[in-house]
Amino acid sequence: MTNENQFDVVVVGAGPAGSVSARFAAENGLSVLMLERDREPGIPVRCAEGISGGGLETFINIDKRWIASEITAARLYTPDGNMLEMKSEVKGYVLERRIFDSALCDIACNKGVIMKTKSNVTGMQRNNDHTVTLFYKFLGEERQVKCRIVIGADGIESRVGRWFGLKTNLKLEDISTSVQYTINNIKVDRHVISFFFGTKIAPGGYVWIFPKSETSANVGVGIAGSFASHKRAQEYLDEFVCAKFPNASVSYIVYAGIPIATTLPNIIADNLMLVGDAAHQVNPITGGGIKQAMIAGKIAGETAAEAIRKDDCSAKALKPYSQKWEKALGSKHRFMYSIKEKVLYASDERLNKISEMCKNMPPDQFTLTDLFKQVIKGDPKLIADMAKAFVVSKINF
Amino acid sequence: MFIRKDLCDICGSCVSVCPVDAITIEEFNAEIDQNVCTECGNCLIICPAKAIEHKS
Repeated sequence: MTNENQFDVVVVGAGPAGSVSARFAAENGLSVLMLERDREPGIPVRCAEGISGGGLETFINIDKRWIASEITAARLYTPDGNMLEMKSEVKGYVLERRIFDSALCDIACNKGVIMKTKSNVTGMQRNNDHTVTLFYKFLGEERQVKCRIVIGADGIESRVGRWFGLKTNLKLEDISTSVQYTINNIKVDRHVISFFFGTKIAPGGYVWIFPKSETSANVGVGIAGSFASHKRAQEYLDEFVCAKFPNASVSYIVYAGIPIATTLPNIIADNLMLVGDAAHQVNPITGGGIKQAMIAGKIAGETAAEAIRKDDCSAKALKPYSQKWEKALGSKHRFMYSIKEKVLYASDERLNKISEMCKNMPPDQFTLTDLFKQVIKGDPKLIADMAKAFVVSKINF
Repeated sequence: MFIRKDLCDICGSCVSVCPVDAITIEEFNAEIDQNVCTECGNCLIICPAKAIEHKS
């Protein structure tokens, strides 16, 4: 398909999952249209902007324009105020998502992807010739486009999935209701990220400080949705910021829902693949999803090309996407989900006990893997599964 | 349930927890289909921006 109303693939949503899907589909010879609801990709930012570095180069050359800070260490604070510092095994970054997302789009467009912003997809229709028509509103004007494969990268609220018959909504406990402030007029170590745990600070979640410079940081809280009826996430954050950074000025507020669930049981349907948050491909423990989205996007883009080469866009033909995702991260995420409650719902006493066991370890030799080794020694019943999950997933702050 | 459009940040949290798919994301805010909404309150609980209320 080549004319302007017909494409092999239409990608809905221009976040990292969408851009990378579009790019790899185009690189493999497909005609690709990417539709973005907002004015620009990456705006508004709904992310804490942290990402670990390993493997990032597969998708994009590291560029200082979209890096706010390079991270070399993480500090974990337990409810009693104890702090564990660990060096990162792999360098991490706090990004400028607005620039980063644009850069990913630029790469896709340089591979031939046609991108339209301010294009809000409003519905779909299946056609008798095994194609799909998507309806969208571009600057108030009703338009439609025909394609063979839709890649749904429309975020946690994925409507695209539901149009194709997939159940995409989440249980309350599987959504992290999150608020983040970008704050200025503070003093932080720009190479260290911090996490604060405790039922009084963030039940079923944690508070994070991701530095963007020596004087500014993203400070946010994510709490499990099942706790949100007692007290709003923003109230937890206000209390934390007032206590920790009394002179801070808030320059940017982000509200976001993060799917901390396992990957959807079905991420494909006839003519459809879901990627990123839409497919719930976020790490259920950390809530991190940028790199996961890009990994899924690459697989989806390549799978689309293969399906069209074989002239079969049925769910069966798209199944390799699902299988390859499962192999790449799906099974690990499922395993992490099974231990999520042990991590995020641990009592304050338990968290304090863990930090006691680790506090004498020298930071320059202390890694996340070491943390869990120590924990296993002291409390194997509690943490063995958790340690295994972290080691398997190679999470590095 | 009703959405206060002046507060809604279209983060999508409410859409994800709605058990009857009554909420959709429009261009500048979320919309609740009153014919479908069962008033279960999930969206009200989860909304981090306090943009959802019982009454219009």
